[in-house]
Amino acid sequence: MLLIRCPYCEKDLPEVEFRHAGEAHLVRPSNITEISDEEFEAYFFLRQNPKGIVFERWRHVHGCGRFFNAARDTVSDKFLTTYKAGEPKPALGESA
Amino acid sequence: MTAPFRIAGKGRLGSAAVARFTFDGKSYAGLQGDTLASALLANGVHLVGRSFKYHRPRGFLSAGVEEPNALVGIERDAARKTPNIRATVQELYDGLQAVSQNRWPSLSFDIGAVNNLGSPFFSAGFYYKTFMWPKAAWKHLYEPFIRSAAGLGVAPDKADPDHYAARYEHCDVLVIGGGVAGLAAALSAAETGARVIIVDEQATVGGTLKAETGTKIDGKDGWAWAQDVANRLAAMDNVRVLTRTTAFGYHAQNMVALVERVTEHLPGPLPELPRERLWQVRAKQVVLATGSIERHMVFPDNDRPGIMLASAGRTYLNHYGVAVGRNVGIYTSNDSAYYAAVDLKKAGVNVAAIIDVRDNPQSAIIDEARSLGITIKTGHVVAGSTGRLRITGMIVKPKAGGPTQTIGVDALLTSAGWTPSVHMFSQSRGKLAYDEATQRFLPGTYVQACASVGACNGTDDLAAVLAEASSAGLSAARAAGVEGGAAAATPQASASESWTGGMLGVPQGVEDKKAFVDFQNDVTAKDIAQAVREGMHSIEHVKRFTTNGMATDQGKTSNMHGLAIAAELLGKPLPQVGLTTFRQPYTPVTFGAIAGHARGKLFDPTRRTAMHSWAEEHGAVFEDVGQWKRAWYFPKAGEDMHAAVNRECQTVRKTAGIFDASTLGKIEVVGPDAAAFMELLYTNPWQKLEPGRCRYGIMLREDGFIYDDGVVGRLSQDRFHVTTTTGGAARVLHHMEDYLQTEFPHLNVYLTSISEQWAVIAVQGPKSRDIIAPLVEGIDISDEAMPHMSVREGKICGVPTRLFRMSFTGERGFEINVPADYGRAVWEAVWAEGQKHGACAYGTETMHVLRAEKGYIIVGQDTDGTVTPDDAALSWAVGKAKKDFVGIRGMKRPDLVRPGRKQLVGLKTKNPSIVLEEGAQIVADPNQPVPMKMVGHVTSAYWSANCGHSIALALVEGGRDRIGQTLYVPMPDKTIEVEVTGTIFFDEKGERLNG
Repeated sequence: MLLIRCPYCEKDLPEVEFRHAGEAHLVRPSNITEISDEEFEAYFFLRQNPKGIVFERWRHVHGCGRFFNAARDTVSDKFLTTYKAGEPKPALGESA
Repeated sequence: MTAPFRIAGKGRLGSAAVARFTFDGKSYAGLQGDTLASALLANGVHLVGRSFKYHRPRGFLSAGVEEPNALVGIERDAARKTPNIRATVQELYDGLQAVSQNRWPSLSFDIGAVNNLGSPFFSAGFYYKTFMWPKAAWKHLYEPFIRSAAGLGVAPDKADPDHYAARYEHCDVLVIGGGVAGLAAALSAAETGARVIIVDEQATVGGTLKAETGTKIDGKDGWAWAQDVANRLAAMDNVRVLTRTTAFGYHAQNMVALVERVTEHLPGPLPELPRERLWQVRAKQVVLATGSIERHMVFPDNDRPGIMLASAGRTYLNHYGVAVGRNVGIYTSNDSAYYAAVDLKKAGVNVAAIIDVRDNPQSAIIDEARSLGITIKTGHVVAGSTGRLRITGMIVKPKAGGPTQTIGVDALLTSAGWTPSVHMFSQSRGKLAYDEATQRFLPGTYVQACASVGACNGTDDLAAVLAEASSAGLSAARAAGVEGGAAAATPQASASESWTGGMLGVPQGVEDKKAFVDFQNDVTAKDIAQAVREGMHSIEHVKRFTTNGMATDQGKTSNMHGLAIAAELLGKPLPQVGLTTFRQPYTPVTFGAIAGHARGKLFDPTRRTAMHSWAEEHGAVFEDVGQWKRAWYFPKAGEDMHAAVNRECQTVRKTAGIFDASTLGKIEVVGPDAAAFMELLYTNPWQKLEPGRCRYGIMLREDGFIYDDGVVGRLSQDRFHVTTTTGGAARVLHHMEDYLQTEFPHLNVYLTSISEQWAVIAVQGPKSRDIIAPLVEGIDISDEAMPHMSVREGKICGVPTRLFRMSFTGERGFEINVPADYGRAVWEAVWAEGQKHGACAYGTETMHVLRAEKGYIIVGQDTDGTVTPDDAALSWAVGKAKKDFVGIRGMKRPDLVRPGRKQLVGLKTKNPSIVLEEGAQIVADPNQPVPMKMVGHVTSAYWSANCGHSIALALVEGGRDRIGQTLYVPMPDKTIEVEVTGTIFFDEKGERLNG
């Protein structure tokens, strides 16, 4: 069981308190009614699913209830960092 | 009473009390402190089992967890029968009853042993090749035969009466293994004040010291030193010493799973104690001190009872005071077996000869053996053994070839060297490195915060082990952030036994036939050679083809031999052939320990409404809806489900019915931007909905498909009472929170789950207003003041209520929300009023029928995640003028707007008494060839007593254009003719909502 740091609670807490919520940094287009089928496909269906570092959303569903973002290495299953929703992608530098 | 092979004055059990036990019904006596194995050996019993495939007689190989042969059943009572217990691990208790396995009719005469005669036929890959033909024989001949012959032991057929505990724990340093290295590491970590847990799988700490006699640490005998250290550790407040505890799983972020056997060593049952306890330990640092395991020598017929590991023979002698024979042979490729020979000789046991494959080995222990007069044949191999149920002789010949000689023995101890136990390191995802010089895999690259010390790290010399372990314990404490304490003095080795070397695979000049590599799965060196010949070039393939290492012992003694044999035949360096992955668990773990208390009623929570007990008292039959128990129907005396549901359905439409709707999901959406938020989350328009009014809302996913629905009441300008489907409550709130927090964070809205705060009593039917009128205070419930689809706040029976005028039946109806604590009291008051009007209580089945009569959908039953509002004939609920809502773009995707999509329609069977089956497929032409073109499926189907015929809803391609047409529902026994209709079967104009 992983320990995940909730950036709102500022605590490392057990994985069972959290729920995974898909890829991070996808923004719902503000002009969503005007976008093409291809743009909608890119927004709604296509995902990176890389081997290595992923930016993903989690929700502290059995805690504070907040959604936040995480950078995790899918090879080692290690969290590199977690950060609040709305904050930019962190530069991972050496630790990545 | 003296057991014949117990040597007076030997071993550490001293004057322990006698423990009586039975094996296959025969009574024996052992001592407290014995294992079942040592007690049987003390009585001269070597034959304890039959092998899995060939049913060959087998005895004890080892004295520990690596045991592949001596698997027995332990029977405590009718429900407490545990198969596949390693006799070498099971501690003896008074009254223990053990039985042998895998034999019929008896251990010494076993019919299955004919497999042994046919063994050339049963070689590796036999199953894969043989049972391919003829095809039909698999089901009727091969599978029943294999099923009856396969498997080890007999599983208990009664529920497990014991209970199992679970604990979570955190520590600075977790030390796995209580041998010399683990104890030294734990001690130096503990001296700093760090929180330390040290675990050992055996009853007492000491590890390999159990077998040894010549070790002295800090001036004390090694075993005594180990016990002293354990006592010191146990007395420290910051240390927890767990014996009889196996670390079996090393998970991410230094989470290690331990299983503690609490009562397995005690006569019982002891209902006040858990049988086992699962520990999930999160350690800042882990020290692995898991030791090493001796390998056996590979030679033909090396599996007869009496042939054992040298370390096992030594453990039985030096710890348990038991001689494994009276005339013992030794066969080795390293020095460790010489210690066994010397100890046996000194204890008065005859050592027939030491056979050493090495040409000219030199060491002090060899000299000592020679000086004791033991015959040593170097450069020789054992080429076979004689005997049937027990070894009677070893067949010896020069390695380089020459005449064979049979030396009579009643036991044979072998050693091919020691394999470091890197299981936990490997489970931690660390990368192993092969050390060419010592032919062993050792910890290479670490991935987690752990360190390996002692034999598992390839450190052989005792002084070096103590220094390495003490240093690692201190470093681990410091790395865990513990600053205090001074470095403890490193324990000093005053005398030690040590050895290196050994060999892998089959010695030169020895046949591979019936030379067992893996005892438990009956894999021979010949099988591995055959696998390589047949093209298995990776060890993973060799393993699967031969089953080498796949038994319950997971190849603890066999994997390295198998790998070496394959590598030699392939002509590749050993690491290139690969090493199979070490997986959890390290040793078998019971399902009980893993399930813990999560069984029976505690497996999953049960949710009950405030009115549950009333329904129970009134004879309700319940159904499970998610975790909820919902009243399904309320049969009166003599009624079956059909009769009860018909009566309930008719009563609701004739007078009224009362229904517990508490399980509906309820979410309060509050804030200045509440209406704006609702606009974005639902397809409907909300801004203009007046406070006090309700609207049926549809929620979509971004892809345009229906996600949930429910009636929403606007209580005030900034407050909505949203209802969801029973099953959808949690995910709808999650979905709402997701958009609120991440896409629309500018909206000032709060979302609160109120599902469990409000109990909901639905009163439906022409008399519903009359029933509730005497109970409601401060709300005008006339049609003029409170029309259909409105909501009021006030009081009922003196308690606050949110009173909804709404209907899921098509009748005039109310849903009374009251604080859950008042649910039953208000229900009873409503029930008393209802009785005056002839109302009934109804359950979920009637609710389903009545809503289907009206064509009201249930999301998740009539929709399946690929249904649009238009498909469900709900386009009217989509705000045409709206600029945005979740799903607005997805709904317009080409496939979602194409003609010919499946649409929700009604179906009437031509024979009105036939009720269709939900899920049944629909075709246009019943006479077309199979596979038929299916045009839709039935989503809901019921008998409608109110209509006098069956009704059904279905999703049918281009359904609305087919209204009036005849379609067909093919069933196994008949084809049912149906007419496509609209979705409303009863009161098509909706007049009864105000009737």
